[in-house]
Amino acid sequence: MEELLRREHEVMKVCLLAGKIMLESGAETYRVEDTMVRIAAAFGLDNSHSYMTPTGIIFSIEEPSHMTRLIRIASRTTNLYRIDRVNSISRSIHLGELTVTEAFRALQETEREKPNYPSWLMILMAAVVSGCFLLMFNGTWEDVLPAVLAGGLGYITAVSMEKVVPVRFFAEFSGALIIGMTSVWLVRAGLGRHLDLIMISSVMPLVPGLMITNAIRDLMAGHLISGLSKGAEAFITSFAIGAGIAFMLTFL
Amino acid sequence: MEIHHALQHVLASFIASAGFGILFNAPRRALLQCGAAGAAGWMLYIWLQELEVLPVTATVVAAFWVTIISHYFAKVYRTPIIVFSVSGIIPLVPGGLAYDALRHVAMNQYDQAVSLGAQAFMISGAIGLGLVLAEVTNQLIRKWLPTRYLGR
Repeated sequence: MEELLRREHEVMKVCLLAGKIMLESGAETYRVEDTMVRIAAAFGLDNSHSYMTPTGIIFSIEEPSHMTRLIRIASRTTNLYRIDRVNSISRSIHLGELTVTEAFRALQETEREKPNYPSWLMILMAAVVSGCFLLMFNGTWEDVLPAVLAGGLGYITAVSMEKVVPVRFFAEFSGALIIGMTSVWLVRAGLGRHLDLIMISSVMPLVPGLMITNAIRDLMAGHLISGLSKGAEAFITSFAIGAGIAFMLTFL
Repeated sequence: MEIHHALQHVLASFIASAGFGILFNAPRRALLQCGAAGAAGWMLYIWLQELEVLPVTATVVAAFWVTIISHYFAKVYRTPIIVFSVSGIIPLVPGGLAYDALRHVAMNQYDQAVSLGAQAFMISGAIGLGLVLAEVTNQLIRKWLPTRYLGR
């Protein structure tokens, strides 16, 4: 019995860590719940239940000792690489390639791993993406350069502000503020023509498109609490961006 | 549509989607597929726009198409579908409309703002609907195909 309890405890730890990494990386609700239940089942503990909201996970194993635990999730980003890693770890657990201890170690490694790409590349990509969006919105080539500059600067601001002040809203607000300021000045300096198009395109790297879509998808799939809270998060982010742009348009 | 115009759209949407893949930390080996999903979705979307299909309908169809492609990639490359679908959906997100709505709020033109905001909401809903429809289709295919063609 002692042995069984200890094993249950270990499996619980693996499941919770897997769920935590996935949730913090922005995985879909059903995938987190499903992965946790599957891992437990692969280790021989059937009848487990997982309940996830964007701010916490409750996981419960019915047998042998009715153990239930809760973990709190404070911050969420989008990191598709980690979701992919946890997915392949869970796959190898299912195939019986990993023991409980090995699985736990692999997950810990995933959690510690540095981001997939260097930050200069991410900033460069944010700038390039802004330019591409300008072309997709049927903008002219002369507006590409201002969009690239504004988009890149806005992204740098948002990322570095988030490191200084851990308030997401404020980071996004200042990013949008810089985007608004840069685009207005560049247009006034004669470098760009269509202010609206430049602003829309350079704001795109900050827009919570993923969150909005995920929220609606969760709602449609019946994960009502997750859907509503993700929707609220998306709304706050868009509001921050809108407020930053509006602020600039009113005062400049 | 002229050739070079179409080419510009293909390239721009490919780079934008792959770039978003990098912003979202997608695995390196999946970046090209992310770009391909995004470009495919965007091409269908602007083609439907050219046929004067309503934006909401065009978005549902394009999101459906992106998700089908993502399902295929997810299966072939054994990677969670979210990696491809998220980057592929990005070009369809109504960022411009949401911006326009907020700009009208800032200019105290609330009636315009509300109608633009409602449009942005409808298009987000359309993306969600496209995603869910594709998932349902995928499940139906998985349920029916094996018994009909493989199960005997």
